[in-house]
Amino acid sequence: MSETTLTHSGQTAPRPAGLKGIAADWASDQRAFKNVSWGKAMMWIFLLSDTFIFGCFLLSYMTARISTRVPWPNPSEVFALRIGGQEIPLILIAIMTFVLISSSGTMAMAVNFGYRHDRRKTAILMLLTAALGATFVGMQAFEWTKLISEGVRPWGNPWGAAQFGSCFFMITGFHGTHVTIGVIFLIIVAHKVWRGDYDVGRPGFFTSRRGRYENVEIMGLYWHFVDLVWVFIFAFFYLW
Amino acid sequence: MVDITPADAVPPAEVAEMELYHPHSWWTKYVFSQDAKVIAIQYSATATAIGFVALSLSWLMRLQLGFPGTFDFITPEAYYQFITMHGMIMVIYLLTALFLGGFGNYLIPLMVGARDMVFPYVNMLSYWIYLLAVLVLVSSFFAPGGPTGAGWTLYPPQAIMTGTPGGQDWGIILMLASLILFIIGFTMGGLNYVVTVLQARTRGMTMMRLPLTVWGIFTATVMALLAFPALFVACVMMLLDRVLGTSFFMPAIVEMGEQLQHNGGSPILFQHLFWFFGHPEVYIVALPAFGIVSDLISTHARKNIFGYRMMVWAIVGIGALSFVVWAHHMYVSGMHPYFGFFFATTTLIIAIPTAIKVYNWVLTLWRGDIHLTIPMLFALAFIVTFVNGGLTGLFLGNVVVDVPLSDTMFVVAHFHMVMGVAPILVILGAIYHWYPKVTGRMLDETLGRFHFWVTFLGAYLIFFPMHYLGLIGIPRRYAELTDMTIMTESAHHLNSFISIMAFIVGFAQMVFLFNLIWSIRHGREAGGNPWRATTLEWQTPQTPPAHGNFGKDLPIVYRWAYDYSVPGAKEDFIPQNVPGNFGLSKEPA
Repeated sequence: MSETTLTHSGQTAPRPAGLKGIAADWASDQRAFKNVSWGKAMMWIFLLSDTFIFGCFLLSYMTARISTRVPWPNPSEVFALRIGGQEIPLILIAIMTFVLISSSGTMAMAVNFGYRHDRRKTAILMLLTAALGATFVGMQAFEWTKLISEGVRPWGNPWGAAQFGSCFFMITGFHGTHVTIGVIFLIIVAHKVWRGDYDVGRPGFFTSRRGRYENVEIMGLYWHFVDLVWVFIFAFFYLW
Repeated sequence: MVDITPADAVPPAEVAEMELYHPHSWWTKYVFSQDAKVIAIQYSATATAIGFVALSLSWLMRLQLGFPGTFDFITPEAYYQFITMHGMIMVIYLLTALFLGGFGNYLIPLMVGARDMVFPYVNMLSYWIYLLAVLVLVSSFFAPGGPTGAGWTLYPPQAIMTGTPGGQDWGIILMLASLILFIIGFTMGGLNYVVTVLQARTRGMTMMRLPLTVWGIFTATVMALLAFPALFVACVMMLLDRVLGTSFFMPAIVEMGEQLQHNGGSPILFQHLFWFFGHPEVYIVALPAFGIVSDLISTHARKNIFGYRMMVWAIVGIGALSFVVWAHHMYVSGMHPYFGFFFATTTLIIAIPTAIKVYNWVLTLWRGDIHLTIPMLFALAFIVTFVNGGLTGLFLGNVVVDVPLSDTMFVVAHFHMVMGVAPILVILGAIYHWYPKVTGRMLDETLGRFHFWVTFLGAYLIFFPMHYLGLIGIPRRYAELTDMTIMTESAHHLNSFISIMAFIVGFAQMVFLFNLIWSIRHGREAGGNPWRATTLEWQTPQTPPAHGNFGKDLPIVYRWAYDYSVPGAKEDFIPQNVPGNFGLSKEPA
């Protein structure tokens, strides 16, 4: 994809700064966001749309939680693990959150090495990110298993409002799906980086478009978004 | 030609040429095509086909309402299924898909001067997922229990209960699955439309030189990307309620003397989610119509659009405001009175930008060189119809007026005028306008005029009497209107009259369909620019435009889209890609 290479054939007039600059850019020639490639613009707009999806999920959950007339199960007790004979509240979720946030770090490093065209390090860091993501999903599966064995179902649970289980499985399930899709695409992009597709401009199998190292960054945008959403789920579901 | 200064400086290229995917076989050229124009035709054909299904359903409904008790096969259950599928198909699978998937795909790349959408492969997937959504929807007609009869708003709890057709069968599941697929497919297309408009315009095509058609479709797509998520979430949650037995929307409820398993859910939550999507949806359908009609009027009145900047800001303003009015659909659902106050206020504020648009259309016509071509007739019909439907919207936007009128035929008349008939008139006008570009031939003029007058007058004869029926209190969504004291003798006659008109208008659409197919081969040769229009799609080297749209070099834009009848110019129109500074152009600085 060569469309992001800015091919200024003449000199550009200086752009005004501040708000005026924003207005001038938006109304300007050819592209509203200067220096933003098509792929990156598309990912940002998709993430905006996805934000609305997660926003609606979380708002619905909050509506259910504040309008229920039976008690809401206490997250500190429900999400506790018995380790060495002691109930430690929220320990699993703390580890999960740590793992996922760490994966954002490795992703950011992968983007950096990608722009230096360091194929090996980029691919390794992306695979590490994917591994951390898979670990997260694995621990989520463990958490689901534990809750199910304790009798939590989408339609009810032993401790209180039925919506607890419904919201929990729906929201974490939807987020987990996002992480899983991210892991799959991380592996695909890492494979392409490893093979050197972005150095030789090899056309994609389905799209027949040539990829560039910027794809690593676009992948990263998605990954950081999934992390950020998790922070909100963590805050609203586990800490409330 | 007088007063011409040398050609404008060519702005430097910021966007390099895109690499086009070149199809190698018949399959990749015409079926699994990545060309936005082919995808547009696929979208339009599918939407039209499913639209005719919805049209037939409306006939069946009118058979029952106009002549109650005559047709045994239309049971109350069947009637509810017809009404539900008619509404859902018309709003989502016809109007949304045709305006954005059809016109959006065809016109955006051509009008902004791009070779194709930015991600043709994703664009292609968008159509195939849309087709899958339509097939899932159609399959519910053949599923056990038939399609859902929950009403197009699918309000819980009734939508998933035994008494509603399809509630405990496959109907509602297939409906929700189909909507989820539609939203996924639409998102893929919508991202393409938005990024193409923002980032892939040709040289000289600033945002404020875009034809209003593009502005309308662009704003509507942005709105759709933000509004459809609410419907997506509502569909997922209702699907879980129905399949897994969760209680998101289901309160504790007794059905046929039996306590259901559900407990503690909120039906109102569904209404909020649904209308947070549903109200922007009205403008998702209306804004492309606004844009297209502006271009039709300007072109066929040979005059620049009046107040271009105001038109753009009105489109954007309507789009933004439409996100804060949704609960005016819920005045009778049980809300805090102050909510009603807030939503009534915001609703009435929308009338301001809308009125600006109407005035500007009329001022564009004023002292114009009006050619009463078929697209122009449809555009004029749209203005009248939209004003009519919009005014009844002011009635219904007020809480005190809405409460007695709610759930009557008045509401049916209102929304059919404003978001049924009005956008469809624009779609028809737009098809007459752009058909020559798509096929290279004109649609037949005589059949076209017949089609216009029957559709326009017929639609009024259908929906005008409905206002009266609503005012005397005839409820909507009743399968039989026989044994009610408010059903006076004259109301019965009016009902039969409405039904007969509905058949006639429907028949006129068959004539239109015939015209569409017949003219592909037998229409008059159109040439590249039969309407002598300025926008880029009429300046392509080939008609219909070839793969890549513009031949070897992309056009360079030197002016806005509305240089009609510029004093001193040789012709009464100056295409956007013609250089030269005509001092008397009305382009805003």
